[in-house]
Amino acid sequence: MKLLKTLLPFAFATLAASAAAAETMKMSVTTSFANSGLAEVLLPEIEKDTGITVELLVVGTGQALELGANGDVDAVLVHSRAAEEKWLAAGNGTHRREIMYNDFVVIGPASDPAGARSAEKAADAFADIANAQAAFVSRGDDSGTHKAELKLWSAAGIEPSGDWYKAVGQGMGAALNTAAGLDAYILSDRATWLSFENKAGLELVFEGDPALFNQYAYLPVNAEKYPSVNAAAAEKLEAWLTSDKAKGLIDGYQIAGQQLFHFNAVAE
Amino acid sequence: MNDITSGLGEAVRRVVTLDPDLVEITWLSLRVTLGATAIASLIGLPLGAWIAINRFRARRLVIAILNSLMGLPPVVVGLFVYVLFSRSGPLGVLGLLFTPTAMVIAQVIIITPIVASIAHQAIRDLWADYHDLLISLHASRWQRVQALLWDGRRALLTASLAGFGRAIGEVGAIMIVGGNIDHATRVLTTAIALETGKGNFDLALALGFVLIALAVAVNLAIHFGTRTERSSRW
Repeated sequence: MKLLKTLLPFAFATLAASAAAAETMKMSVTTSFANSGLAEVLLPEIEKDTGITVELLVVGTGQALELGANGDVDAVLVHSRAAEEKWLAAGNGTHRREIMYNDFVVIGPASDPAGARSAEKAADAFADIANAQAAFVSRGDDSGTHKAELKLWSAAGIEPSGDWYKAVGQGMGAALNTAAGLDAYILSDRATWLSFENKAGLELVFEGDPALFNQYAYLPVNAEKYPSVNAAAAEKLEAWLTSDKAKGLIDGYQIAGQQLFHFNAVAE
Repeated sequence: MNDITSGLGEAVRRVVTLDPDLVEITWLSLRVTLGATAIASLIGLPLGAWIAINRFRARRLVIAILNSLMGLPPVVVGLFVYVLFSRSGPLGVLGLLFTPTAMVIAQVIIITPIVASIAHQAIRDLWADYHDLLISLHASRWQRVQALLWDGRRALLTASLAGFGRAIGEVGAIMIVGGNIDHATRVLTTAIALETGKGNFDLALALGFVLIALAVAVNLAIHFGTRTERSSRW
């Protein structure tokens, strides 16, 4: 009993400490936003300018939206328009605000056994991979990148299945690790690819098709559904994310001399 | 091989310089896991002893369930605790999700069956030796449990340490209920998962070495503190 008595206040002190800190809000974001390193640039500036400590939950788009739908975060930053609109229609959020975009790139073995490099369009590159039965790693986790991949397969008129198509059900980084191990093709967002440190024998084999455009949007969670949601902080954060300061930081963020994200928020 | 050597080097460098981020996540790992081990021991040790010395109808069933629960997948426990403490769940009003407290709760669920099950095995053997003596002394059931817990304390320590070992390396459940939030709920194991995802294998390995060192240090400290592995039988 004595031990219990000493432990309980400790557990509550941990609780109180997290509640007493300066204003905090929780935002679920896709892996690409955090793994690319952009979050580490933006968060300290957000804290300095607005006094808000943004706590990030780094998950796939599917789980990010689910956390918002359950009221466990105050805002969501993801990249899958169809899923976002469905989420909004279900009354989970107040609105959708576009912030920035980057693009997807097709990564593959340097030897390019499927000849995807010479394709005209992204869907053609996918068709080449399927025809060659070259190993392809799919996120398979209902994330924004996974949804973009499935859209490309359907544009190519292919239902991917077979030994060569490996759905790993993991985040972007883990999937890239798998592709590096298997010397396989994979669809990645450019930001995660550039900052990824285990490229092994992989190279960028296809880029530049408008079909690979990847829009990120900010969605505040509906405070009417969950009174615990910190709507005021979510609003302040939105104002900051669409400000000129954010534009400068987002457009100015580079890895290996390449710009990763393009700010495209429209002033209200 | 290269990653392993640079990982070791990175681990040593960060430990020697007392890297503030490393100290923070290591400290949280230790707090969460020791907290969970203490609570799981408070529940699991008496429970294991009680089952060992009492004969009741559902005893075999309870033992079978306890043993099966040892293999409970942490992800399932994590999801269960998440659904419970989510704002849309029954205990959402407490606001415990994504806090160290939620991580402790998940780990208690994971390791209590282990602690109870190992305690049960140890106490059952001891009870075979003590049975006649305690019965002839007319000890009450609770007195029997107390006597057995005390005299079996070294074996029970092993039960608690087994629970600690499972908890300190656990990642599936605390990733879901803690959320791996930087400066709030990030611990060694979730940081390792994060760095692996970034392809940062040497840093991930470095954190892994720190985790192993931490587990060894805790085990050594407890063994020295309680003077096990010395002359006495238990």
